[in-house]
Amino acid sequence: MSSAAGLSPINLAALVVSVALVMAPHAWHLPLWIAAFGAMVLLTRFYLGYRRKPLPSRWLLLAAALAAVAGVALSYRTLYGRDVSVALLTVMAALKLMEMSKPRDTMIVVLLAYFLVITNFFYSQSIATALYMLAIVWIITATMINLQHQAGSPSLAAVLRHAASLIAQGVPIMLALFLLFPRVEGPLWGLPQVNYGARSGLSDVMSPGDVSSLSLSDDVAFRVLFETRPDKPSQLYWRGPVLWDFDGRTWRTGQIYTANSVEFEALGPPLNYTVTLEPHDQRWMFAIDLPMRAAPKSYFSVDYQMLARRPVRERIRYDMQSVPSYRTGINEHRMHLLRALRLPEEAAPRTRTLAASWRAELSRDRDIMLRALSMFREQPFIYTLAPPELGQNPVDQFLFETRSGFCEHYASAFTFLMRAAGIPARVVTGYLGGEINPVDGYLIVRQSEAHAWTEVWLQSEGWIRVDPTAAVSPLRIESGLAAAVPETDQVSLRARNRLQWLRKAGFAWDAVANSWNQWVLGYNPERQVRFLSHVGMEQATWQNMVIALMTASGLILLALGLLLLMRLSARRMDPVQRAYARFCQAMARRGAPRKPSEGPRDFAARLSLQIPHLKETVQRIAALYVALRYGGEKNPRVLEEFRQAVKALR
Amino acid sequence: MRRGKPAASNLLGALPFAPRLTPDGTRLPIRDRIGDWIFPPKGPEIGPVVLGQRRVYILPTKAGLLFAATLVLLLIGSINYNLSLGYILTFLLAGIGVVSILHTWRNLARVALRPSKARPVFAGGSACFHIVVENPGAHQRLSLAIELAGQSAVYFDVPPRDAQDVETSIPAVRRGMLRPGRFRIFTVYPVGLFHAWANVELDLHCLVYARPEPGHVPLPPAQAASGQGGASGVGEEDFVGLRTYRPGDSPRRIAWKVFARTDIFLTKEFSGSAASELWLNLADIPEMLGLEARLSRLTRWVIEAETAGQRFGMRMPGIEFEPEFGASHRDRCLHAIALYKPVHG
Repeated sequence: MSSAAGLSPINLAALVVSVALVMAPHAWHLPLWIAAFGAMVLLTRFYLGYRRKPLPSRWLLLAAALAAVAGVALSYRTLYGRDVSVALLTVMAALKLMEMSKPRDTMIVVLLAYFLVITNFFYSQSIATALYMLAIVWIITATMINLQHQAGSPSLAAVLRHAASLIAQGVPIMLALFLLFPRVEGPLWGLPQVNYGARSGLSDVMSPGDVSSLSLSDDVAFRVLFETRPDKPSQLYWRGPVLWDFDGRTWRTGQIYTANSVEFEALGPPLNYTVTLEPHDQRWMFAIDLPMRAAPKSYFSVDYQMLARRPVRERIRYDMQSVPSYRTGINEHRMHLLRALRLPEEAAPRTRTLAASWRAELSRDRDIMLRALSMFREQPFIYTLAPPELGQNPVDQFLFETRSGFCEHYASAFTFLMRAAGIPARVVTGYLGGEINPVDGYLIVRQSEAHAWTEVWLQSEGWIRVDPTAAVSPLRIESGLAAAVPETDQVSLRARNRLQWLRKAGFAWDAVANSWNQWVLGYNPERQVRFLSHVGMEQATWQNMVIALMTASGLILLALGLLLLMRLSARRMDPVQRAYARFCQAMARRGAPRKPSEGPRDFAARLSLQIPHLKETVQRIAALYVALRYGGEKNPRVLEEFRQAVKALR
Repeated sequence: MRRGKPAASNLLGALPFAPRLTPDGTRLPIRDRIGDWIFPPKGPEIGPVVLGQRRVYILPTKAGLLFAATLVLLLIGSINYNLSLGYILTFLLAGIGVVSILHTWRNLARVALRPSKARPVFAGGSACFHIVVENPGAHQRLSLAIELAGQSAVYFDVPPRDAQDVETSIPAVRRGMLRPGRFRIFTVYPVGLFHAWANVELDLHCLVYARPEPGHVPLPPAQAASGQGGASGVGEEDFVGLRTYRPGDSPRRIAWKVFARTDIFLTKEFSGSAASELWLNLADIPEMLGLEARLSRLTRWVIEAETAGQRFGMRMPGIEFEPEFGASHRDRCLHAIALYKPVHG
């Protein structure tokens, strides 16, 4: 039995509160019983300490610990992995609090609390989380300070202030370390097991309704910073998954062939830009059609999908160069052309008949293509986010009955028509457009900008982009989604852009979030090297970084040291006394030092006799000094006059 | 003021540093022994001693090392999971740790220490040493501690531009002059990660009287005053008259009423039933008891005689105090006993 005595109620409360606050966010993603267990243990501990009751015995604690480990093992069916570690750490920290009685134990609890802070970052690294955790670090640090008060107990405010000043003074060192500590690309071992959950975004399949459901999401897909601004929004086709295989209802990417080399001919100036891609747990890396070379750690497929070597599970940043107008695939391999013609046997008989009639009428592929587009333009097709449900035969139904649909309906039907007419075609999905944030100049591309279009292969022209949606609704391409769909369609509040102030606030917030992503969360080894080169480090090697880090920390500590040690013993004289001391020195140089027993008036009287030509000055100085020092004179002008008078003497 | 355990480490207990003994006979903690080995004691300094920059040392505590280990774990976690905020947390805590060096050091630097007088005690009691710690600066000095002669540390705060009288008591084991020697003033404030300390030797000393023999010990019989006539002997019982005051006369015998009237100090004289003098003589105590026990009895006699208001003289080999009254006479005798060294040969 160990006694709870020795730890004051305030310190106990501070420790319990620190641990409780740092554990609280875990309640959302740990099994419920762990949260309940933690809360119960903490409350019990506080009650026992407050009432000065003995703590439970070692054996009871050991039993509780074993039971908790068994419970975690049962909940997760494993004892390995990130979430399990967090669960175990939480349980153990709570139990350690139960065992805590000696000063050393309290220090371990404090360190555990600090350690638990980092586990919260597994689940969120948002600005809000950062602020919450900063507050917790503050509380833990204040607890640590309060634990060191051996004599007397200071006010809570004083301890919190001291903790705040420690943290504030630690910030410069933190910044130096953050910027200059040589970063290593993780992971150091294994692949962190992470449950990424479902994320919205494009996928490798497309059925009617898939893209339109994405259109309701305001989630950011990626942000782009342009070096050279594109001329018109219709250049911003962000190329994503390319879909080849159709089963009558759903398009799929199917087999992906890696390209050994990319061949294209640029028909215009390139665009330079940097993409910051949000994690989407897929391998596509988006770039303006057509990217000139693959980003690091990615490669091209033959159909110009840029694929990351591993699914994108963290926000990544890559520089890109694209040519918006290009020519490619003139010598496309026959195998791929045949694949681009394949259609399911029984699907869409009416569409096939239509295509066959066009083929019979027109000999050139290009003319057939234009005929199809003019059909979309001239016949009453409606572009809407809320098309009627399609049944067994979606292509026929769409083209001949409902005639209203979103981009995936048009792309799907158009591609089908082309293939049926014997023209190689494929569906390309991605994003179209984006919105410039006037605050920081980044182009924001959201999930709502998801789009699907078609690529058609024409003899001697290669693969060319055809967007049937543009034929139906030119507004979609020029002005964005909200302007293009009927007023009655449900789109997100933001897309309707009615509330101007809300939009402005939204832009400002997005700029903050983006800087946070770019500079705090995105400060990786590559970014570090780039930043350091940018600010003038000639070779950003780790040796140079260490040297810079040492220098910076040295300077920071020197400055801090001077600041902290300034008023340690200095009993600084007030300006009046200082000036009077100077006056006495000046008189001493003239051969008339003040005797220790002499007051200012006596001294002045003696000086008037000894140095008659200074009589008036000396008398004035003495009068001013007496007024300032003993007469309660507070006027700064008088002080200034006094100082000037002394100065004039020297 | 509160007492805590001395934060001593026994990590290096096996190293052969010459063990210096504390006044109560226990060995000094190893850290002190290493300290003594690196910076040998130089004898007491004349106070006040200001703890200048070069006298204040600082090293991490065990908690500080644990904190550093935690930082390493946090760093590894941040790298492995690419946690930018993890890096920030790690670096912020590192910053706090580094800054705390300055804070801990500042908490101790430039304080001034001076000894204050210690009252004599009897062996078996506690010698109370007073050290005045002055804070000349504008900052609070919080949770400073003084660890004197292996005793548990005494914690105290010193407000800005103020001083604090710190009392440390040491068991007074044997008679003589107790010098606690070098002591340590230290602090781990504010966060307990670093331990700043300075070793100081002030001229601290406390006279320890011999332990008075316990129980009731009868005083030796008074002897006839040598070379003086019987009847006129000065005794204790009947008032005889007044004589002029001589230094050493007991205040109880001063004729205060006369003094109030005339401003003249006169001492009342009494005639004893036996015209005799009380002599406390070490030689009268059997040698078989051993020197310390004999000194204990002599001490008891001195106390008893003074309490009874008797006039007494004291003899030890080489020392003789003429019969006197009073507390200062008693103290002189006790002092002599405390510092008595037998003459050999």
